[in-house]
Amino acid sequence: MAPANPFDGLGLDLAPVRSAVPAWRTRVEADKLREACIALAARDGRLVALWGADERDRDGGFALHLTVAVDGALLWLSVPLPEAAPHYPDLSDVFLCAGRMQRATYDLLGIRATAADPIANDQRPWLRHAAWPGDVFPLRRDFPISRVYANGLDDYAFVAVAGDGVHEIPVGPVHAGTIEPGHFRFSIIGEKVLRLEERLGYKHKAIDKLFEGRDLLSGSRLAGRVSGDSTVAYAWAYAMAVEGLARIDLPPRALWLRALALERERIANHLGDLGYLGNDGGLAFGLAQFMRLKEDVLRLNAEVFGHRYLMDYVVPGGVARNAGRHGCDQLAEQCDALEREVQILKDIYDDHAGLQDRFLTCGRLAPELAKRLGVLGFAARASGQALDLRAQPAFEPYDRLGVEPHIHEEGDVAARVTVRFEEIFESLRLVRTITADLPLGEIAAPFATLAGSARGLGRVEGWRGEAMIALEAEGGVIRRCHAHDPSWQNWPALEHAILGNIVPDFPLINKSFNLSYAGQDL
Amino acid sequence: MLKLLKQIAVVGIKTEAPPRPDATLRVTGERLQDEILRAFGGSLAIRHVDAGSCNGCELEIHMLNNAYYNIEGLGIKFVASPRHADMLLVTGPVSRNMETALKRTYVAVPDPKLVVAVGDCGCTGGIFGESYASCGRVANVIPVDVAVPGCPPTPIALMQGILTAIATKRPA
Repeated sequence: MAPANPFDGLGLDLAPVRSAVPAWRTRVEADKLREACIALAARDGRLVALWGADERDRDGGFALHLTVAVDGALLWLSVPLPEAAPHYPDLSDVFLCAGRMQRATYDLLGIRATAADPIANDQRPWLRHAAWPGDVFPLRRDFPISRVYANGLDDYAFVAVAGDGVHEIPVGPVHAGTIEPGHFRFSIIGEKVLRLEERLGYKHKAIDKLFEGRDLLSGSRLAGRVSGDSTVAYAWAYAMAVEGLARIDLPPRALWLRALALERERIANHLGDLGYLGNDGGLAFGLAQFMRLKEDVLRLNAEVFGHRYLMDYVVPGGVARNAGRHGCDQLAEQCDALEREVQILKDIYDDHAGLQDRFLTCGRLAPELAKRLGVLGFAARASGQALDLRAQPAFEPYDRLGVEPHIHEEGDVAARVTVRFEEIFESLRLVRTITADLPLGEIAAPFATLAGSARGLGRVEGWRGEAMIALEAEGGVIRRCHAHDPSWQNWPALEHAILGNIVPDFPLINKSFNLSYAGQDL
Repeated sequence: MLKLLKQIAVVGIKTEAPPRPDATLRVTGERLQDEILRAFGGSLAIRHVDAGSCNGCELEIHMLNNAYYNIEGLGIKFVASPRHADMLLVTGPVSRNMETALKRTYVAVPDPKLVVAVGDCGCTGGIFGESYASCGRVANVIPVDVAVPGCPPTPIALMQGILTAIATKRPA
């Protein structure tokens, strides 16, 4: 049965994409792209990802790719661009989150978004710092990945805020804690933040380029290292893309075990962050308690799944290891212990006046703004957006498990803390259900290499939000694979959430989102 | 408050015995002269630098500080500035975009200093290797004393690596 198609009536030629999530592909000419995007935005369409590809060996040009989600379904738009004029119309006014993705696409491929109003169209480099010259585009097929340029001096044009008493605090890329590298430029007056400008890209390590030429099986290992804290989400999204294009049907047990791993990943990350949120709010007790619980989760992961963070557990075709009756019993037992302990800690957090004073109204992201920025994941759910791929489109096996997104309207640190607590309890429920009702059977389907060219798509609701993989393979070898992290959407939201808050609240606000640098920098 | 105190009492002490130093993790044993190590005076301050990791190694470095491993109980402390540090704990293949920042951080650490490279990527460049965007292993950019493999290395492996780097401070 074909799922309902929310893209009918747009005048586009639609072809379904074979995937565990509902998706269609279409080809749009560059001069019709804005029109199509405006029509999609009018249907509450959200830009999920934007990337490019070098197709000069095929048709003498480049391609721009976008994925736009409407009601849980995805439309993959491909726009051919001639080599002589690789331009397309700027979309950053239609989809606010498009700007950085457009800049990154230019840095890697030399295809440019152009706007009538040059001030609105930010053309500063994003992923390119000083490691390669501005007229060199490393994701082009004729660029050898091993070509190295001497590192130059990085000179980025930050937006300056002027006025009486305004000054800047530059922070990073090396931060004060055990954190990933990035640069934050605060413009402040007194303690109040007037503007925050993020500069990312420090971790760029050629992931998209490294995918090229790999066989479909070994690509999984790389996908699982796009963002280490979301390794299950990425490995699953990648496997979903491979299984779609290679026409592999999974045994139910494999799908349920994947969901088990994904929920364990969600629990571990939320536990760790709740500890740090307590710590950043001045309650070191919270850090000690939650990190102990997280360690318990990781140790049981190692015992049952063979890896503390479940790396390389999800593989194309299934999962790498079975969880037996004994393992399931251990996991279920741990659910009981965790539920009891997390409830005690939640009561302590809720009753702690000092902590609540730091959490409440801090770093507020209003629902309307969250929607306009296209924010994803638990941060979106804490700002009133009912987005959760586990609920809609409810990819397998979540269609059977039934997930209800936990939505709060306040959008402050307190709301993000509450959503995290609620999602831990929800994930514990899911783990219990899965371990009790795990279908019998194989844990992997035979993997067959395919001939010819094919495209696949994977979307998975990781703990941070939607991880997406778009994949194209030729004869079992990856031609192009793009990994998209929800942090692309959520980083710009952090710039807004901090406004009007004081500098000392930034670590707390930042931690409440806990965004990925590695996943964005690729 | 009562709930909080009760929880502390009920949980009790979770700290486990630390691992033994491991000589096989040594890269440049000669560099660790006794007189240099005496300068650290019984405690060690570590500055962590993520030079381009996937963030997996950072997760385990965070876990080093949990009650089970209680690394502060061994006199080892993570500090906020390289100027306060005796040791750099460096993760990742070094991305070219982090090359300058890592070199500057290394220079900012007062002598004598130690460097521990963390993870398969820190040891060899790992899955990311060397490319237009990656310098590969940490030793390609700054001198490294001990390299700890693993993807990511467990907290025990990290502790072993750190202890190995400082072991000759107290010759057996």
